[in-house]
Amino acid sequence: MKNERIQLAHGSGGKLSQELVAKVMVPAFDNEVLNELHDGAKVTIQGARLAFTTDSYVVKPLFFAGGDIGKLAVCGTVNDLSMTGAIPSYISAGFIIEEGFPFADLSRIVESMRVAAEEAGVLIVTGDTKVVGKGAVDGIYINTAGIGSVIEGTDISPSKVRPEQDIILSGCVGDHSIAVMAGRHDLSLPQTITSDCAPLNGLVKEILAAVPQVAVLRDPTRGGLAATLNEIAMQAGVGIIVEETAIPIRPEVVAVCEIMGFDPLYLANEGKMLIFVESQFSAEVLAIMKAHKYGRAAQVIGKVTASPAGQVGVRSLIGGVRLLDMPVGEQLPRIC
Amino acid sequence: MPNNQGDEIRQAAAVLVKEIDRLVKQPVRIMEVCGTHTVAIFRAGIRQLLPSQVELVSGPGCPVCVTPNDYLDTAIAYSRCDDVIITTFGDMLRVPGSSSSLRAEKAVGADVRIVYSPLESLDIAASNPGKKIIFLAIGFEATAPTAAATVLTAEKLGLDNFYVLSAHKLVPPALRALMADRKVKVDGFLLPGHVSAIIGEQPYHFLEREYHVPAIIAGFEPLDILQSVYMLVKQIHTGTAVVENQYSRVVKPGGNQVARQVLAQVYEEADATWRGIGVMQGSGLRVNSKYRRFDVRVRLPVQVENTCEDAACRCGEVLRGLVKPADCLLFGKTCVPEHPVGSCMVSVEGTCAAWYKYGAWRWQK
Repeated sequence: MKNERIQLAHGSGGKLSQELVAKVMVPAFDNEVLNELHDGAKVTIQGARLAFTTDSYVVKPLFFAGGDIGKLAVCGTVNDLSMTGAIPSYISAGFIIEEGFPFADLSRIVESMRVAAEEAGVLIVTGDTKVVGKGAVDGIYINTAGIGSVIEGTDISPSKVRPEQDIILSGCVGDHSIAVMAGRHDLSLPQTITSDCAPLNGLVKEILAAVPQVAVLRDPTRGGLAATLNEIAMQAGVGIIVEETAIPIRPEVVAVCEIMGFDPLYLANEGKMLIFVESQFSAEVLAIMKAHKYGRAAQVIGKVTASPAGQVGVRSLIGGVRLLDMPVGEQLPRIC
Repeated sequence: MPNNQGDEIRQAAAVLVKEIDRLVKQPVRIMEVCGTHTVAIFRAGIRQLLPSQVELVSGPGCPVCVTPNDYLDTAIAYSRCDDVIITTFGDMLRVPGSSSSLRAEKAVGADVRIVYSPLESLDIAASNPGKKIIFLAIGFEATAPTAAATVLTAEKLGLDNFYVLSAHKLVPPALRALMADRKVKVDGFLLPGHVSAIIGEQPYHFLEREYHVPAIIAGFEPLDILQSVYMLVKQIHTGTAVVENQYSRVVKPGGNQVARQVLAQVYEEADATWRGIGVMQGSGLRVNSKYRRFDVRVRLPVQVENTCEDAACRCGEVLRGLVKPADCLLFGKTCVPEHPVGSCMVSVEGTCAAWYKYGAWRWQK
């Protein structure tokens, strides 16, 4: 690794990202909280169970169908906190802005953050602004961190995942990636393909209030469904099998993927979540999701199995089963 | 993809598998000559469904896989020039050359840009008049026409800073070379649907005339592939050997005349080197004399390092179906998708990548 250099694929959420974190970050920062490698850290401060997270946003283009970098920055952090079973409360916003960046675009982005924060019911309470020379960044980068309180009676952790649990997906996958790609390459796509970027804390709160037994919540962002399912299978030491025909994907997204040679199961999402829960609670969770605007197309997409540990399989349209491997590098760089 | 449709497809697949099982009396080796087929076969879990006597082997059907090291070395040499922007399909970034890759060069400052269509290169050329834009033109007959059309458009737009580094390959000469190779044992071919949509049926007829081997032009849906395997097994069972077109909803007998004309306008046949296989007569395309000013090798010669390859890499044998990926000592050890040694592990359509990604481990039935 001594002479290697960082490549785009190291930030893709796939195997190379994992390798980077495992070889560089974890040994350096090694502690019990970090080593959980969840979307957010669960910490206790003076008896209060809190969740804490941070993320940086370097999306290109800055504005795309269904969202922009500001909306992403707020929703991403709200969702990371939500996936730990917490109610997000406060967010910070750090801006790194390129010299010459239009004021109008910055105002548009900040307004978008305000609207997203309002919908999520969080306050942006602190921040930072740096301006760097022309060419040092690509327009604007935003970092957000967030803090929230873990919902009483819940214990969201891969260690709670057990064989025979159901895996529920909240809606269609791939919309965000395809919307961003269309924006990057000036592709004219059907207006039905817009980013799914949305805050999921409201939906999570309703689900956990009714079914606190939920084992794991996870949003399939970078690396898509494939990366998230693999992470959980590895962390929980279980097998996973999903049904290809049960995974909701818009036909338009399937068509674009066919043309571009992408696999929709590897595409990033910004407003979707996976729920692992005992099958006796599935109907109740599904009913709550289907009644919510961010979960209308929710489906049980598969099951946890006892073996082979750490592996994810997909049963195809014609009944064969194949491995759904961890993505290696980027399908689309810089999409969230 | 609604669930009820899934049930119908599963039933149809079961019927085809049962028929294949009934007709197969002895082991048969079927080669798919298209990377998209390779991936579709693994993605749908088709190998798992077929009886053990039917062996599916992958041939030289992935354009990235068959691109030789010296081509990559040349592209890398150009990428190191200050005034050059390389435009390429994404897969080429990761293919290792003799001592580097485009991805590694990009990480140290080379201007390498991924495009989804060669035409995007022209926008880049127009907005970077001080730079030379070099498109890495690889692929078979299915992709070559768009590269040719890009050259024609560049000419129409009067762009003088757009070039191609051409390594296009042709499928029929490769099939001929495979059949002439005594080591290669194939009882039937699944012919590439996209390539056939351009060239039609006629260029394959030598297979039945000269080699008495059945071949099916096949579509890419799981049922297309199963049906094509069934058609092959049926021919083998009855001792016939003809070219049949299963993908007739897309492939017309005469192919796509417009695409062929565009191709013929810009390119001419030439001998070409295939990675791991060597030179095959008339198996490639080069820019013809009329459009040679777009050929970067002619216009802007560059110093290229000496080519060297990992002696243990068996991509060449994998591409001819002589060995399975797992027979290579590097497979899954030093050669994995995140750190590929050979090209077959790089492309999403590569045989080794497909084996590793979908088939390295089998879910119990």
